[in-house]
Amino acid sequence: MGSTNSTLSKIPNVEELMQETGFTPAHIVRLYDRFEALDKEKTGHLRPQDFGAINRLAMNPIGDRIIGAFFSPGQETVDFHSFVRILAHFRPADKKRPKDPSMPEPVNSRTSKLKFAFQLYDQDKDGKISRAELLQVLRSMLEMQVTEEQLESIADRTIQEADLDKDDAISFEEFRKSLEKVNIDHKMSIRFLR
Amino acid sequence: GDFFLMLIRFLRFVFVGIGLPIEASAPAYQSHGTEGSHLTNITNTKKAFPVLAVNYEHVRKPFEIALWILLALLMKLGFHLIPRLSAVVPESCLLIVVGLLVGGLIKVIGEEPPVLDSQLFFLCLLPPIILDAGYFLPIRPFTENVGTILVFAVIGTLWNAFFMGGLLYALCQIESVGLSGVDLLACLLFGSIVSAVDPVAVLAVFEEIHINELVHILVFGESLLNDAVTVVLYNLFEEFSKVGTVTVLDVFLGVVCFFVVSLGGVLVGAIYGFLAAFTSRFTSHTRVIEPLFVFLYSYMAYLSSEMFHLSGIMALIACGVVMRPYVEANISHKSYTTIKYFLKMWSSVSETLIFIFLGVSTVAGPHAWNWTFVITTVILCLVSRVLGVIGLTFIINKFRIVKLTKKDQFIVAYGGLRGAIAFSLGYLLSNSHQMRNLFLTAIITVIFFTVFVQGMTIRPLVELLAVKKKKESKPSINEEIHTEFLDHLLTGVEGVCGHYGHYHWKEKLNRFNKTYVKRWLIAGENFKEPELIAFYRKMELKQAIMMVESGQLPSVLPSTISMQNIQPRAIPRVSKKREEEIRRILRANLQNNKQKMRSRSYSRHTLFDADEEDDVSEVRLRKTKMEMERRVSVMERRVSVMERRVSVMEREGRWRGRVSVMEREGKCDGEGG
Repeated sequence: MGSTNSTLSKIPNVEELMQETGFTPAHIVRLYDRFEALDKEKTGHLRPQDFGAINRLAMNPIGDRIIGAFFSPGQETVDFHSFVRILAHFRPADKKRPKDPSMPEPVNSRTSKLKFAFQLYDQDKDGKISRAELLQVLRSMLEMQVTEEQLESIADRTIQEADLDKDDAISFEEFRKSLEKVNIDHKMSIRFLR
Repeated sequence: GDFFLMLIRFLRFVFVGIGLPIEASAPAYQSHGTEGSHLTNITNTKKAFPVLAVNYEHVRKPFEIALWILLALLMKLGFHLIPRLSAVVPESCLLIVVGLLVGGLIKVIGEEPPVLDSQLFFLCLLPPIILDAGYFLPIRPFTENVGTILVFAVIGTLWNAFFMGGLLYALCQIESVGLSGVDLLACLLFGSIVSAVDPVAVLAVFEEIHINELVHILVFGESLLNDAVTVVLYNLFEEFSKVGTVTVLDVFLGVVCFFVVSLGGVLVGAIYGFLAAFTSRFTSHTRVIEPLFVFLYSYMAYLSSEMFHLSGIMALIACGVVMRPYVEANISHKSYTTIKYFLKMWSSVSETLIFIFLGVSTVAGPHAWNWTFVITTVILCLVSRVLGVIGLTFIINKFRIVKLTKKDQFIVAYGGLRGAIAFSLGYLLSNSHQMRNLFLTAIITVIFFTVFVQGMTIRPLVELLAVKKKKESKPSINEEIHTEFLDHLLTGVEGVCGHYGHYHWKEKLNRFNKTYVKRWLIAGENFKEPELIAFYRKMELKQAIMMVESGQLPSVLPSTISMQNIQPRAIPRVSKKREEEIRRILRANLQNNKQKMRSRSYSRHTLFDADEEDDVSEVRLRKTKMEMERRVSVMERRVSVMERRVSVMEREGRWRGRVSVMEREGKCDGEGG
């Protein structure tokens, strides 16, 4: 436990971070080790190239979107705090959480997780998934295996099904509604981060 | 059977009285001696040409079998005609009661009621139910909870067996009970027979209460997977009780045996599954026998593993699960419906017969009653189940992301029903066991208790506790796309964390499947089709079929083309103008029609939603209207040509495009202008 404490002392504002995200000291240390492993040039910040070096991410159809999600708009680098905050979305949901309306929504609640996923679709951040954005996602997931017409019909069908207010785009509420049968707490949690 | 002999005698009396010459052929063998001799001495005068001859023995066996099945199904029919009854009492209870009545009736006539023959049960009645369950096993919830299910199945069953066996042995030691002759191994054997949750009973009861998916898959999965444990324990204790002593080596071998039985069963099932998938690759010219391959390979898997004393149930499940994705990519839509229909039908018949025979066997079977033993068994069953579930859930919840609530635990504990498998295993016990009759009686009592008391009360309890029910959902393309997206997202995030977790291995398996396995097992070019496209195509196909049935024939044209558009290969394009028209029509239809999907129902009673049938009748109304409009249409000639082509394709059950059709159509396009 001594090494944990020594590592923790290296991180500024670690108490606040743990409070905000709900990670235990052991997790913070594990994530810090990972952060340092990715940060090859030891600058204390991660750049897109560092993420790109992860092989598994490179093979991933939506890898570039995931990388993009770590970087706040306008920022070129990610520090440890932002890194942890993003990963906190994938913590399994806490069972006993008092429904306190004054407290902000915890970062690993169902709504927050869905919002995170929604933002990956909605690249231009206008609060809606437009047909074009949907097509982009489909194109990256289905790679070279389909023709444009197929993509278009699928996109049409998808929007038709989900779009309740007929604005030809999927808002966050519609997105949430179309996933109401899916157990998001289970689907978007990584056990490792409990 | 002899009831009919008597009936025939009576009939003959009547006919002889009237004077018609009747020839009764001498029966080949007599089952119950006496009556037979009367049959031959009829007329010793010159025989007239036999106008009417009765030869019952000739058809006796198939006749009796058919009659039993018919009786069973008529009973089933009867229950559903009495609305209030089927809402309160689960079907399994009613069937057992019918069995009791029939058994009583047979006994009153003075005959021996037939007992549920273990061989008949294990080889004929059980496989269809298990295959039905395995083929339609919902894979996603199963694999998500497989750890929990295995813990319940293996450790839970072991706990039940030893707890019950041990305590019953302690009971038998008490002088006042009068069973001091029973040794520990016999008790443990009994414990292992009665401890396993029965899939038939669970299915029968849970079918009707529509509980939420998680609890359903937990109890159901447990009932399927505990077969390996039961087989091993049963064989083990049977062997041991013959020998009399147990050594450490024996225990160790027992553990090894467990792994061999379960993994061996799965392996055998998987091999047959791959064989079935491979065979289905070549069936494009002989569509009619496709379903038979599915059934036969699965049955062979079951028989082969039973031959080696491996777990037949696990083999059957593995076979169904392995072959399903590939077979479904290869076979026609009609074959799929046939398979689904036949499996539901056979499993329904089997289940009905099993419960009726249970009732009859109760009346028939040799009974030895000992109040203390039987009552204690029942109580211990409940107690050990509850303790087992609570204890295991406490441990399991530490590892689960979505924890099991107290309500879930209650239903899992309460839903642990025992059934015909326990009875058959008990019946298989050789007569050398002096306690056999007592054990059988106790087993039957436990089965009755669980099926009647627990089966009947579980539904009101579910309502009372407001346990989450199953949400009927039609598959939506949104869900498919978003879940696949989330899969990729989670794999990526695992990569960022440097964690080789659940998603990483799932991704690896998918990749392996796509590059190697699908290539061999899926016919034609389809193996390259991404899952999303296959899903979408099925949705469109369903809608296209509905449109064809509704008679909106101009739409048939776009449907078939949009089908063919979804092929991965390049196909000669339709003109841009036509495509726009097509898309417009499709979109209009999307907005008009309600989308009915192939419902993922595992229900024994319904195959289609009620809504779909309403839709079809409404659709027929529209059809007549369309008929009129069609006559006026300018495209009538071309439409009738396409109509013929579509019906050809429909008959083949496939919507695969043929390049020649497209070419011909292209030419048609040209000349029709």
